[in-house]
Amino acid sequence: MTTLDVTGLVKEFNVGNAVRRDVLRAVDDVSFGLPPGRTVALVGASGSGKSTVARILARLETATSGTVTLDGAPAARRGAGLRAYRRQVQMVFQDPFSSLNPRHTVGYHLARPLRIHGHTRRGPEEEKAVHALLRRVSLTPVERVAAARPHELSGGQRQRVAIARALAPRPSVLLADEPVSMLDVSIRLEILHLIDRLKREDDLAVLYITHDLATARHFASEILVMNKGSIVERGPADDVILRPAHPYTRALADAAPDPLRPRTRTR
Amino acid sequence: MKPVLRIDGISVAYEAERATRAVRDVSLTVHRGEVLGLAGESGCGKSTLAYAMTRLLRPPGRITGGSVTHYAPDGATTDVLGLGGEELRRFRWERISMVFQGAMNALNPLLTVERQLTDTLHAHDAGGGRKERHARAAELLDLVGIDRKRMRAYPHELSGGMRQRVVIAMALALNPDVVVMDEPTTALDVLVQREILGEIDRLRELFGFAVVFITHDLSLLLEISDRIGIMYAGRLVELAPADELRAAPRHPYTVGLMSSFPSLRGERRSLRGIPGSPPDLSLPESGCAFAPRCPWAAQPCARGVPPLVSGAACVLHDPAIRPLGPPAELLAGTFPVPSVEGAR
Amino acid sequence: MAVPASASSSSSAAVQPDAPDAAHEPARARRWRLSRSRKLTAGLLIVGFFALLATVGAAFASGATTIGDDVLLAPSAGHWLGTTDTGQDVFKLLLLGSRGSLLIGVVAASAAVAVSTVIGVVGGYLGGAADEFLSLLTNVVLVLPGLPLVIMITDYVGNRSLLVIALVIAFTTWAAPARVLRSQVLSLRSRDYVAAAKVSGERTWRIMAFEILPNLIPIIASQFVFGLVLAILTDAGLAFLGLGNLDGRTWGSMLYFAQNGQALQLGAWWWFVPPGACIALVGTGLSLINFGLDELLNPRLRTWKGARS
Repeated sequence: MTTLDVTGLVKEFNVGNAVRRDVLRAVDDVSFGLPPGRTVALVGASGSGKSTVARILARLETATSGTVTLDGAPAARRGAGLRAYRRQVQMVFQDPFSSLNPRHTVGYHLARPLRIHGHTRRGPEEEKAVHALLRRVSLTPVERVAAARPHELSGGQRQRVAIARALAPRPSVLLADEPVSMLDVSIRLEILHLIDRLKREDDLAVLYITHDLATARHFASEILVMNKGSIVERGPADDVILRPAHPYTRALADAAPDPLRPRTRTR
Repeated sequence: MKPVLRIDGISVAYEAERATRAVRDVSLTVHRGEVLGLAGESGCGKSTLAYAMTRLLRPPGRITGGSVTHYAPDGATTDVLGLGGEELRRFRWERISMVFQGAMNALNPLLTVERQLTDTLHAHDAGGGRKERHARAAELLDLVGIDRKRMRAYPHELSGGMRQRVVIAMALALNPDVVVMDEPTTALDVLVQREILGEIDRLRELFGFAVVFITHDLSLLLEISDRIGIMYAGRLVELAPADELRAAPRHPYTVGLMSSFPSLRGERRSLRGIPGSPPDLSLPESGCAFAPRCPWAAQPCARGVPPLVSGAACVLHDPAIRPLGPPAELLAGTFPVPSVEGAR
Repeated sequence: MAVPASASSSSSAAVQPDAPDAAHEPARARRWRLSRSRKLTAGLLIVGFFALLATVGAAFASGATTIGDDVLLAPSAGHWLGTTDTGQDVFKLLLLGSRGSLLIGVVAASAAVAVSTVIGVVGGYLGGAADEFLSLLTNVVLVLPGLPLVIMITDYVGNRSLLVIALVIAFTTWAAPARVLRSQVLSLRSRDYVAAAKVSGERTWRIMAFEILPNLIPIIASQFVFGLVLAILTDAGLAFLGLGNLDGRTWGSMLYFAQNGQALQLGAWWWFVPPGACIALVGTGLSLINFGLDELLNPRLRTWKGARS
């Protein structure tokens, strides 16, 4: 039973000019499912198409062909249907420094999705809801954080705000597009643990997009490896990492820095 | 091990509405031909240190103390900070060069690869006329594994990895003794990163230059460096050979950093990184800067900044303060984290 | 008549200073802070002075247009800046002119900024056919020669009141800021926070008004200031050609009458130098404000004394 299903997803970009028609297949026949309460990792290098998949699922891009179904129903592209889809499917962006509007307070960022999806109206009820969201992502003291602007917060705190904003509509699917790759190393794990906890509490279906195999292994139950637009390998996390079948996966695993690997340099 | 560059008590401050002391009294020596890794997170001062030692610091940054000394192969020493004008220009790319963060995007989009290389050679008057420079540019491209036929290409026609190789070729153009690399592979995917690192290693074997490799990726440094320096809040808190650092990290921050990298193939341990965030470098220091985040912090930590003694700047290794030795967890390399997440 | 733009770029990932800690502020930083205020302060002082003149001072200008017998008198105790060839007091005319010129400036700049903002933001954000149409419109108006167009329109309209002149100037100057704003919007709309707003379910018009527009305020402000300068200068130019307001209510019309009355040949410098100087001063003041604001918003533009790495 999956919450979100993707079948035969294809995305082509026109890269030719008037003289020569040329298309780039950024996503080539991708299919997978996101079950509730589990994390599926989509792993690949930059240019593999993984971010494009996320953007299509977030309805920021339209697929050239293929279907996306939410709870069995095809995902809408506009109007009320799209809004209903957005209530269920939310996204956390990669860059905490640009995913928050520098002109608005944290409170504004959280209140908007609450209001858009009809969970609250302006007033004390909304303020309480905003504070509750902040508490869920451990951003305290809530009054001070709600009144702060993004530049007053650290990268990790901003990313927590982004996660809180994604939770505001009470979604069932969370798309996390490289949520920690722009954060300091020592705080990445904490943020990933936060997403993991929220997934368990809300029974979310999480898509974790990353180029980092190690964290994919630790936080996901299933790993999909993408290369040049298609999925070259998929399976339970440990299987894919420890017993990779596809040569690309093997190359990725070998190339990743591994603190436990014996040093190859001779001196 | 012969030294090639000695940094003594360097301090750097950024003067804006109020002064931020980005680098505080850092001393280290780079040995000939070695790979010295510098690890740390945002705001630790590693990039600033790199700019300071190559005399590339721009206002509002300013070196407020210390010295940098260069040792030529014949033993002649140069006071790097004292150089001016023409001497400085000569020194900058001929003795020590730099590969910047995001360098691949710093290539001039309007010039061909060949032009960028010959411009560098021309600027330093490396001798010879246009033909010699052209030949040398081709040699350099060979060196970094780029087909000579790509000489007339523009940066946007090359992939990220190739652009980074061009930048490395430019850094090596005049055969320097030290190449400082600031996050040279961070923006590249992991496969290309491996290639580039292999390239750097090969060139190092060939020419014998030293590399100061700056990155936040400690796990990478553990693989490629001879020695590793860990920076925190503008100070050097640990400096040790890579093997020792991996087997027995001494500073609590190093232990914390190591527990931020889940192992790819090893057993799954519950790792949580380090709670809290780095201190505000514009405020005055009081004691050890890491103490607020350190699980073993105690009274002596607030008394003053611990000096870098036998590799680590931490009072826990001072027998006068802890006669029974450091805490067991520290020795075991475990970084205990309270179960409630902090809001960082 | 292109209006130069000052785009505010976001600061780099360098160390960000937080609240000031005066005890540790070295002399150098303090010196910089003073110089930062200097341009902005100077500009504000100049413009503030003239604004004061325009609002309060004009009250002292009663009887400015009264014709008298004391013609072409040099500055004296009775007439601080002398008289015109029809016996009007130059100083009082100057005060009156300050109100007229600044009023035209404000109305014209406001109208131009309003129109250019709407067209720039809507076209830039929506893209597609809307953008094509609005861009075409903008480019056509941009290409039309400004001064001849203004002349034609004022001639046609006939009415030469301050308001009409201001609107005509606005009509010929909205196109350049619109282009600037549009290009800025093109860059802003690909920012993550705009995508995040879309994913949150925010409606298009709200994204334009509440996500994009607030981030355009620095540019709009600077365009407004430049618009003021341009409007005052254009009005002066128009008036000098005899196409402006003929009630003698602006500095430009003073120059017109001075020229007509052969002030230069007669050596009556007190008639044309003051209005010219006022125009120049206001223009300078407004530009200083713009530069000062620019430096404030973009730390990299700040000038440093005695730089050494």
